[in-house]
Amino acid sequence: MSSVLFDVPGPKARVRNVYLNIATIVVVVAVIAFIVFRFYESGQFTAKKWEIFTFPRVQQMFLKAIGATLSAFAVAAVGSIILGILLAFGRLSDTKWVRVPCYWFTELFRAVPLLILMMIMYYGLPSVGVKGITPFLAVVVGLILYNGSVLAEAFRAGIESLPKGQREAGLAMGMSKGQVLRIILLPQAIRAMLPVIIAQLVVILKDTALGFLITYNEILFLANYLGSQGQYGSPVVPALMVTAVIYVGLCLILSGIAKFTEYKMSSRTRAVKIKVDTAG
Amino acid sequence: MNVLIDNSDLFITGFKNTGILFVISGFFALILGTVVAGMRVSPAPAMRAAGTLYVNAVRNTPLTLILAFFALGYPKLGLPDISFMTAAVVGLSLYTATYVSEAIRSGINTVAVGQSEAARAIGLTFMQTLSLIVLPQAFRSVVPPLFSVFIALLKNTTVAAGFSVFEAGAIRANLSERGEPLLPGLLWVALIFVVLVLGILTPLQRYLEKKWRVAR
Repeated sequence: MSSVLFDVPGPKARVRNVYLNIATIVVVVAVIAFIVFRFYESGQFTAKKWEIFTFPRVQQMFLKAIGATLSAFAVAAVGSIILGILLAFGRLSDTKWVRVPCYWFTELFRAVPLLILMMIMYYGLPSVGVKGITPFLAVVVGLILYNGSVLAEAFRAGIESLPKGQREAGLAMGMSKGQVLRIILLPQAIRAMLPVIIAQLVVILKDTALGFLITYNEILFLANYLGSQGQYGSPVVPALMVTAVIYVGLCLILSGIAKFTEYKMSSRTRAVKIKVDTAG
Repeated sequence: MNVLIDNSDLFITGFKNTGILFVISGFFALILGTVVAGMRVSPAPAMRAAGTLYVNAVRNTPLTLILAFFALGYPKLGLPDISFMTAAVVGLSLYTATYVSEAIRSGINTVAVGQSEAARAIGLTFMQTLSLIVLPQAFRSVVPPLFSVFIALLKNTTVAAGFSVFEAGAIRANLSERGEPLLPGLLWVALIFVVLVLGILTPLQRYLEKKWRVAR
């Protein structure tokens, strides 16, 4: 942290910090204890409610659901990056009738809620006779349109942050504008923007859960289905707990990869520091 | 146009509830987020750890899952009943607060070290330094990221439609019950969101950004 809001604690401050620490720990433990106690009181930890998760068939269903989440994530991630690069090129184009539509495309698809995009795909298009829209397709296309637009901004910011000399040197060597963009600017921009790109990938992974609302058979959908099984005591809360652990686990793995690449990159090159918000 | 006029009751109620969700959740998220940001820069290690744990756990959980917990899981816990609207407000506030806290924390880091050093030199305590000196300056430089967080919140309110809250995202289900054409209806919803985001929030963001620009 660059700014330090407090001095090195003296004897009085150290005592106060001890009290503050104890108070915080007491509050946190009390909150967690209350939640666990409520779970226990309402019978969420009984064997009956957890029995369903011991069946090999249910475990296979979970693996399948994780596969569904990850495959939507993988396709959407690749698609978003490609769309992002294309839109960023479009926005940097010298031709007005390429630049302006690309600008509006990114602005519009960032302004529409992702869930509404998915609904337009899944419910709207079939109602006017478009056939073959599966939940998977709706989820993936929605994710690509939204995240592609967000990534386009990131790529553009990355390219514009590069020193002007890079572009000028490329042009001076007789490269075409497209070549300069592709061979010289884009690789540097991607490296500089890698933290932003990977943060956006975590957003994509989280947003695949929206597929639950348009009947895509992913993890949350399965959890909801298992939670409604009356003969096993409707284990909604246990099913949601399992789902939460899986999602947090997947996201932490992805964030871990992000930290690792960032570390690798920063130790090798002086990465350009740019701020682009990725509020998901 | 017909879809919009014939079902204006749906659209008005829907977007009114979206607005209520947005304002109430935004208010609580701002307060909770500021508190968590304060915890994350506090001198007590346990407070920092608690803030970090909360932010990391919630930011890595999908919003859909958080809302599902409050809408579907909470009623099973034998606690006082809450309406689906309240459940959505709680879920959205808890989720958005983590983004608010990250935005404010990065704002705190942009305030020059000399400011808090000067505050300490004249004998202000940590809380006084934070609330009188650092946060007022941090809030200014935080305007753009904070607005992005609130724009995201406005769009995220649609997820509550999946959990029995009648707001903009739920207009679709009601239209299909009435046998109205779905695509035009959904496109109207999308258009209203575009107007809200690009027509109102983004210009407001630019205006405040300009008005409150920190002169350094």
